[in-house]
Amino acid sequence: MDSIASTSAPTRPRVWPAEGLTRVPYWVYQDEGIYAREQEKIFRGASWSFLCLDAELPGPNTYRTSDIGDMPVVVTRDAEGKLHAFENRCAHRGALLALKRSGEAKEIACIYHNWTYDLKGNLQGVAFRRGIAGKGGMPADAKPECNAPRKLRLELYHGVVFGTLSNETPPMEDYLGPEVAAKFKRVMNRPVKPLGGYTQILNSNWKLYLENVKDSYHASLLHLFFAKFRINRLTHKGGVLVGGDGGSHVSFSHEGTSSGDEYEKAGLRSAAGGFALEAPQLVASVDEWGDGGTIQILGMFPGFVLQQIKNCLAVRRVVPRGVNQTELLWTVFGYGDDDEAMLQRRLLQANLIGPAGFISMEDGAATGFVQRGVAGAHDRNSFVEMGGAGVASDESRVTETSVRGFWQAWRRRMEI
Amino acid sequence: MAANAIERQYAAEQLLARYAQALDGDALESWPDFFVEEGRYSILTAENYSQGLPLPLVQADSRAMLRDRVAALRHANIYEAQHYRHLVSCTVLEKVDAHTVKAVSNFMVARIMHDGATTLFATGRYLDRIRLSNNAADAKFEERLVILDSSRIDTLLAIPL
Repeated sequence: MDSIASTSAPTRPRVWPAEGLTRVPYWVYQDEGIYAREQEKIFRGASWSFLCLDAELPGPNTYRTSDIGDMPVVVTRDAEGKLHAFENRCAHRGALLALKRSGEAKEIACIYHNWTYDLKGNLQGVAFRRGIAGKGGMPADAKPECNAPRKLRLELYHGVVFGTLSNETPPMEDYLGPEVAAKFKRVMNRPVKPLGGYTQILNSNWKLYLENVKDSYHASLLHLFFAKFRINRLTHKGGVLVGGDGGSHVSFSHEGTSSGDEYEKAGLRSAAGGFALEAPQLVASVDEWGDGGTIQILGMFPGFVLQQIKNCLAVRRVVPRGVNQTELLWTVFGYGDDDEAMLQRRLLQANLIGPAGFISMEDGAATGFVQRGVAGAHDRNSFVEMGGAGVASDESRVTETSVRGFWQAWRRRMEI
Repeated sequence: MAANAIERQYAAEQLLARYAQALDGDALESWPDFFVEEGRYSILTAENYSQGLPLPLVQADSRAMLRDRVAALRHANIYEAQHYRHLVSCTVLEKVDAHTVKAVSNFMVARIMHDGATTLFATGRYLDRIRLSNNAADAKFEERLVILDSSRIDTLLAIPL
């Protein structure tokens, strides 16, 4: 039987609900036209995209592929050690220039017709440009250089490489806002060492993952592992900081600041029948920063997450792959000066995160549940009133303030 | 003790087969018993493994840790009802000593969701170190490294491989 089901309603002018940021219309996750506009206005607009860690380009003459939304990019470190990034697209026919995830190269040659580029992204050579034996080749006045891959503006911010195509994007410090920037620097306080990565495929729109990251309300309700072992409960001391134009946030908590039974009294599912770990060394952590902070999740518009969960540190890159699919690329790291015990601690705590993580596996499914749930409800809305209607830092994590901040940033760029 | 190559091969392949049947049959509680008390279990991507990057998707250093994962899967973690179908093959053995062999095997795992949607979820290699016993049925894993061919995991990886 032929399927006539459609995953998206016809594109038409979209109007945000009159209630403002306390409502999120479901067409934002399903409309092809909105997706295309996001690529232009957000990813290729005045936003910083996370490209890679500085440490992932280990020496001169190295490169790494990344993305700005749909657009593939190459990040390079040239012979002098300077970072560059440019569109991963040949000036000639548009083929990918770099095919591998990373590698070493002094120049990059397009495999299609062997046009070559230096590591700054400048077109250096056009094969047979003058033809062969006076025949063929390009006209003398042809200027293929004018179609060269677009170069990105970069900011190396405390060990992390961000790129943008816009001159309007404010410096990272302002983009994050001072409070969130301070939390960024807390984790990225010295050289890091990548420990590996993996990619989680989310069968949902990219924004549902960012909302999930910014939704401090869900953390100990969906992720029962946390609650049962009292690793992170909303009753623990913590808070949410919102910065920039609403698009950056940090939620954080301190362990051991509550032993209350608020969850049990409320009869919540996540408190039902606690149990103890037979091997509690899995969650045994040390206070590396001397501030008692056990969990810090920093999200930055449009697609960057910096995570500290106990001693497990990671960056996450959110790459849209169409209206209904998103790639979540995790890179876990330690510090260059970690001793063996700290390395083993970080690797053991990696059990907490990623697609098989005790406290994060549900996120891979939850965003898909929303995508499937709203399929017939393009013109209905989410109800986002935890913590009121505002976009501001909050001492409570029983709030959706940073979710509203995300939509504030989104609407400003999208002009919707 | 497995005295010759055929007996060793038989004991190892029986262990691999029983392990796969247990996971596919939702007998998660028996999963830790396929390991010795201090047995190690890890899932890594081939990309990380080949580059010497140590990051695991799952790592357990003892049966106790495996039991903790089973308890979490049963009582804490939330995921849609699903099961796997393992196909394990091409097991090549290397004798270490009278009691121990190394084994490398291929696997393919289909994931079947509660609504019947079936996908090829994972392929890869098992790199095993197996402790043999006088009784072939008592062989256990000292170490099981699951090396995933792909670095991409669809949605989540809840049930062990």
